[in-house]
Amino acid sequence: MKRVAILGATRGMGRSLARRFVERGDFVAVLGRGEDEVKRSVADLEARGVPGTRVIGVACDLEKPESFKPALEEVEQRLDGLDTVVVTAGAFATQEQLERDPSLAAKVLTLDFANTVLFCEEARKKLLMRGGGTLCAFSSVAGDRGRSPIIMYGAAKAGLSAYLEGLDHKYRKEGLVTVCVKPGFVRTGMTEGLKAPPFAGEPEAVADVVIAGIDDGTPVVYAPPIWRAVMTAIKAMPRFVMRRVKF
Amino acid sequence: MTDSRIEGWGRTSVVGQELSFDNLEQSPPVLFRGLGRSYGDSSLPPSANPVVVNTTRANRMLAFDSATGTLRAEAGLSLLDLHRTLLPRGWFVPVTPGTQFVTLGGAVAADVHGKNHHVDGCFGSHVRRLKMRVADGRVVECGPDLERELFLATVGGMGLTGQILEVEFPMVRIPTPWIWQESERVGDIDEYIEKLKESSAKFPMTVGWIDCLTPGKHMGRGILMKGRWAHSHEAPSKFPSEPPNLRFPIEAPEWLLNPLSIKAFNFGFYWKHLQKKREGIVDPFSYFWPLDFVKDWNRMYGRRGFTQYQCVLPNEAGPGAARRFLEVLTKRGGASFLCVIKDCGAESPAFLSFPKPGISVALDIAIRNDTQSLIDDLNEHVLKEGGRIYLAKDTFTRPEHFRAMEEKRLPKFLAAREKWDPQHRFRSAQSVRLFGDAP
Repeated sequence: MKRVAILGATRGMGRSLARRFVERGDFVAVLGRGEDEVKRSVADLEARGVPGTRVIGVACDLEKPESFKPALEEVEQRLDGLDTVVVTAGAFATQEQLERDPSLAAKVLTLDFANTVLFCEEARKKLLMRGGGTLCAFSSVAGDRGRSPIIMYGAAKAGLSAYLEGLDHKYRKEGLVTVCVKPGFVRTGMTEGLKAPPFAGEPEAVADVVIAGIDDGTPVVYAPPIWRAVMTAIKAMPRFVMRRVKF
Repeated sequence: MTDSRIEGWGRTSVVGQELSFDNLEQSPPVLFRGLGRSYGDSSLPPSANPVVVNTTRANRMLAFDSATGTLRAEAGLSLLDLHRTLLPRGWFVPVTPGTQFVTLGGAVAADVHGKNHHVDGCFGSHVRRLKMRVADGRVVECGPDLERELFLATVGGMGLTGQILEVEFPMVRIPTPWIWQESERVGDIDEYIEKLKESSAKFPMTVGWIDCLTPGKHMGRGILMKGRWAHSHEAPSKFPSEPPNLRFPIEAPEWLLNPLSIKAFNFGFYWKHLQKKREGIVDPFSYFWPLDFVKDWNRMYGRRGFTQYQCVLPNEAGPGAARRFLEVLTKRGGASFLCVIKDCGAESPAFLSFPKPGISVALDIAIRNDTQSLIDDLNEHVLKEGGRIYLAKDTFTRPEHFRAMEEKRLPKFLAAREKWDPQHRFRSAQSVRLFGDAP
């Protein structure tokens, strides 16, 4: 049994992951904003969890860095410990939207990079203080290479991936395992209205891949796994090709 | 957002927008759509305002009482998801249709029925509460004892009375997750109907398949299947595993389903059941939802798709109603790949619920140039027999046929709809066709 805190468990990937955790008996803390949303997700996980599973709801908002530390402390106290912290929360906007609207750009860059890193920092300190644990954050394949359809979102995720890699190099020997998840296209609320590319994944299938990565302490998890090959190919492309292709 | 093709399961379609929301209360006041397994145009938006809201992201269980089985959940929860969680713990929905790819909201809107209809009625008969958002934006609770008119119009109301947000109903305790099944080869339609009625007195679940191509003496020969939940002493102790998923790989060419291939299939299906009688334990997946393993099986019917025709021939029609129906059908060349016949129990008080005491007949018909006239012929016959059709399957019925079939019940439904949605904000391609809503 692991005690898992998930920031973003009320919807999308976080919801699917939380379900997988309680279905095998792990304790889950639903970190999210919107009291009613958190309550509904706690109820869902309680109904789905195997008997004996504990689920709690804790207010935490990626837009409010001051909520991070108290939230993690509350989880530790109410679940009598904390083993794994997962961040699936984030913001998404298309490149056109971000180019048009600087305040939206500021928000996406802040949430997906700065605030996510700040949250991970609190989780890092908490887990190291406890002697170790697993920190899993959702970056994106968009951060693997600068690409014209997703310049700013990709840049924020590139920064996050770099941060997570550094963290893993420095702290794995002290017991803090960092798992950087790079989802390809997953059909969730975040990708609503976008045309699904080939290899698009469903959140349930992606959740299985991510859970395996967390269990094994895989530093970089591509999900669906096919994206590792896709991104290897994209990373190998010379610039003059990248300038011409549309992805 | 760009437009996309929104399809019914029979592949009839409207080009428009299918929006999704985590919180359904934030959606615009338009038709809700779940997993899109209704065959015809009931989950499609009207063509002039082609927007529907997909509910499948609202899929949380909100309360499950493991002592009584009472479940409350968001309307986008599918039976597949529900059973993956609760079947291993010994719980089953009170009524399941032939697929698990149905949401709770969809099960209510179509008031789905299953193999146990003669005993347990439709899904809606088990629902205790619905949380709905109605046309004026209010969120209301309704049930058999609360806002009863809204409830009776919503159950079987094809989403036309408001948006179903949450559903509350009891799950049923089962002794084991396995089914004891007995099946029997039957020589013609009259014998089939007789045996079906006999079996329904003894078994909580019955259904059967008949060959609707062979005319004459063997018309309507078929396989009758009866079942009940297995007792623990006769069932395997392990949990049944879900069969592997297949996917129908391509859109089949239209010539694949021709009179000869359909005949061959029907012949094979009948004679595969070599012994006169068979019995034994089967898993619930292949018993209740045999087609769910083949993803996209509707591609078998090619680009033009297919329609399902399902009607009920009431007991008042007297003996031989099924035979008379088959005579009309075989005169038109049969044309159906599969014909499912089942007896129905009591009629629900819900205004547009499909079943009533009698015999339900369901046919899958590949769409061809003469499909409209075939459906017209069948509807005229059904009308004469005092029967009616199932809206969740329908694509071709004419409004005058529908109104004639629903002469008694339709005014009640329309009155409730006038009260709760006078502007017809919640309308579908089907309601434009059958109820005369503005497109």
